[in-house]
Amino acid sequence: MSSPGPMPNCDLLVIGAGPAGLAAATCAAELGLDTVLIDEQPAPGGQIYRAIGSTPVQDRAILGADYWHGLDLLEPFRRCSTRYIAGAMVWAVNRLEDGKFEVAYTTTADHQAHLLLARHVTLATGAQERPFPIPGWTLPGVITAGAAQILLKTSGVVPEGTTVLAGGGPLLYLLAWQYLNAGVKIHSILQTTPPGQWRHALPHAWGFLRSPYLGKGMKLLSAVRAAVPIVTGVTAIEALPGPGTGQLAELRYSAGGKTRTLAVDQLLLHQGVVPNTNLSRAIGADHAWSDRQDCWEPAVDAFGATSLPQLTIAGDGAGIVGAVAAEHRGRLAALHAAASLGHIDSKARDRAAAPHRAALARAARGREFFETLYRAAPALRRPVGDTIVCRCEEVTAEQVRQAARMGCQGPNQMKAFLRCGMGPCQGRFCGLTVTELIADEQGRHPRDVGYYRIRFPIKPVTLGEIATLPQTDESRSAVVRFKK
Amino acid sequence: MFRRLDASDGAPAPRTVRITVDGAALDCRDGDSVAAALFAAGITACRDTAVSGVKRGPFCMMGVCYDCLVGIDGRANQQACMTKVREGMAVQRQIGAREVPI
Amino acid sequence: MATPTHSIHDVAVIGGGLVGSAIAYGLRDRVQKIAVLDEGDVALRASRGNFGLIWLQSKGYGMGEYSRWTFHSVRQWPRFAAQLQDETGIDVALEQKGGLTPLMGDYETEARLAWMQRLTAQPAVEPYEWKLLDHRQAADLVPGLGKDVTAAIWTPHDGIVNPLKLLRALHTTFHRGGVSYLPHHGVEKIEQIAGVFHLTTPQGTIRAQKIVLAAGLRNQALSEQVNLLLPMAPQRGQIIVLERTRRLLETPMITLRQNDEGSWLVGDSQEDAGYADHVVTLPVLATLADRAVRTLPALKEVRAVRAWSALRVKARDGFPVYEQSATHPGAFVATCHSGVTLAATHALTLAPMIAAGALSAELAPFSTRRFHVQTT
Repeated sequence: MSSPGPMPNCDLLVIGAGPAGLAAATCAAELGLDTVLIDEQPAPGGQIYRAIGSTPVQDRAILGADYWHGLDLLEPFRRCSTRYIAGAMVWAVNRLEDGKFEVAYTTTADHQAHLLLARHVTLATGAQERPFPIPGWTLPGVITAGAAQILLKTSGVVPEGTTVLAGGGPLLYLLAWQYLNAGVKIHSILQTTPPGQWRHALPHAWGFLRSPYLGKGMKLLSAVRAAVPIVTGVTAIEALPGPGTGQLAELRYSAGGKTRTLAVDQLLLHQGVVPNTNLSRAIGADHAWSDRQDCWEPAVDAFGATSLPQLTIAGDGAGIVGAVAAEHRGRLAALHAAASLGHIDSKARDRAAAPHRAALARAARGREFFETLYRAAPALRRPVGDTIVCRCEEVTAEQVRQAARMGCQGPNQMKAFLRCGMGPCQGRFCGLTVTELIADEQGRHPRDVGYYRIRFPIKPVTLGEIATLPQTDESRSAVVRFKK
Repeated sequence: MFRRLDASDGAPAPRTVRITVDGAALDCRDGDSVAAALFAAGITACRDTAVSGVKRGPFCMMGVCYDCLVGIDGRANQQACMTKVREGMAVQRQIGAREVPI
Repeated sequence: MATPTHSIHDVAVIGGGLVGSAIAYGLRDRVQKIAVLDEGDVALRASRGNFGLIWLQSKGYGMGEYSRWTFHSVRQWPRFAAQLQDETGIDVALEQKGGLTPLMGDYETEARLAWMQRLTAQPAVEPYEWKLLDHRQAADLVPGLGKDVTAAIWTPHDGIVNPLKLLRALHTTFHRGGVSYLPHHGVEKIEQIAGVFHLTTPQGTIRAQKIVLAAGLRNQALSEQVNLLLPMAPQRGQIIVLERTRRLLETPMITLRQNDEGSWLVGDSQEDAGYADHVVTLPVLATLADRAVRTLPALKEVRAVRAWSALRVKARDGFPVYEQSATHPGAFVATCHSGVTLAATHALTLAPMIAAGALSAELAPFSTRRFHVQTT
């Protein structure tokens, strides 16, 4: 049932149509590479520029100029020669003996599996929100701030009633600002970043003062502060269901030694973003723990080259740097791909790279300040008790901690004991928490504890779809072993 | 609860799409994901989990949490946030583990 | 942690997988100070990569004693599971309702039938009930069985257990006392000094009166240090795991089963791929999926949530190895690739032999002497 004829192939496959992917694909096409861009969303933009081509929120003052900058990426992309496959979910990237990548993806509209060959792959799969495991975070009525922002961008859907935002980080305040612009009432913001943290951030303030974020950031923050009550120094939050409803009804939080309870309709959680590493791990690239960002990052050089040949990573997937930096990283990755494939020599690559490196440096200015200022509080990364850690398999913090106390060596043994990480999200919402809880209980550093082993498929795919892929004589004889 | 922002001046009028949710008709907008349509209609819980039967609903809206699972046109465990509404689509809440359709 | 690690243990079991853990569990009644030395989180951990079958019908072709030993374990399983539940509260979800080998077409059927007849005709085999079923009879046991499955071999003695719960239950008994579980204690060197074994690990030296080498794929290198030549050949197997569904399948098949939690396992391949257990390969996944869809077509729409590969712990001829070293008395080796099926007998029969200091004569065929025949 595989498609007849030679397998489709290309020079460069870019996975992800956010700013890094769009910029990489556009630049690569301009350099003359036969390029394919594949993305699981139906339209380009990734998450930060989600629905940039179709948002019903056309009043530009609501989402703000930074969002609408996405059009500056979209238009050149649409004009370039890159083949664009939308609504397609990549679930395996296998290296063949000749060094090419065999990529399996499913088009979600018709549930068909396809294969594509690529000589070079650039991952631009971006980031996801850091898990924020508070008691009750699995209740309907609790969603991430990113989810709320997607509802706004894609459908103009906004919360009403009593809405509380909780956590910290630029996205939380950006959302609050966008809501204010749209006339959405926000009850309060519960800020969980520890109050003294600005002191740690101060040494990095020079970079921040010179950064493009300073002016915009200050304006945005003061607008939000003026309109929304902000509770600082929040040390604990609990989402509570109504009696018998199984859905969010109340919120309890502690700040300044006092505990308050209030009736609430929506709780929007956010404590930063972390790179999506499932695909980069499954392909086998090296990763390292970032102490500054409390998360795993793939090991990449200045061009985004990984520990594996012909594999680059661009954008937030290589380490959180934000949307503007992401596009410059995308262009650098495209230049590196072109040089690796022999289209341009390394001198030409370095010459062309110079302006993008300078732009990247400017865009990244001030990040250290933000990272330090908004570092997620340890207590909210390392839950206790009945708080759910693995949402898919409903494994609690105490179960993980107890297994760690019993000597469980690491996340993979933990997975085998408790099933955490075995659900359809494949550890995306529990992996970091499990690593940190083992570290906490055993007095080890997260970098020594390690992470789940990730293998293909990196997103669930039906058995029928897998069955349509090509088999070989070898694979048949490895599986069917009856012989007379 | 969620509501839709009023259409901006000059924005083209959105096309209405009618789907059913557990058999009940629901009007939503062309371009909505199933998850967005559910939120706009006041539905935040779309399934009971296979593990313990507690209620869950869409959480991340970007296809990574797998909490927004619903039945769509007879296929179980589809991500509501990754599926666009289509005229006549039949959405079912996913109650517990799916069946194997023998 | 029970015994301080600086003292001399009565027994140190090298390997905290299913084989080592079952043996350590079984030693507790007869031995005081037991240590289980385990490696880290990403070692070659075969115990996490298995199908969870308690399987008789495919065992012992070429060594009838293996079939006999397996049958022995199958009959001990209910007692073993009940003991674990009593002690830990963990239900390992044992189901022994029979099992099938599905066959597609005449060639497979004739080949497998002849094979089973030869296997069960071997003198050392203890006879057991098994039958060739036609499609209709097999379909009574497997709702929705695909029409491509034209026949099946069935025996009432086959079954399944939840292997992860089993390992967790065994480790829980350690924690309750008597057994020191020591992770990150991979053994690098074994020496016997004045009758006491000294095991060098990255965390220091562990001493014991007796040792059991149950280190799976590392047993070959470790056994050399006690003069047991154990030729091993890693064999990779890939498995696809499907999402949880409502319980449908009560009769497991050797290539497809549903576990107590509702998820499905699709297997399995046998490949020579060295030690590459960190990859899955698309053509093999395609063949596994294709075969599974032909076995139970309704699974077409069910999603694979993960795939993994693992290395089978196999001696060169595929049969278990049990032996006490002649030059290092007190050092026992235990290697097999059916750590799940044999867990009961490892705990209830093998462990007492080790405690008593000698393996019984019935285990003689499993010694490494069988590999030396060619060299004389």
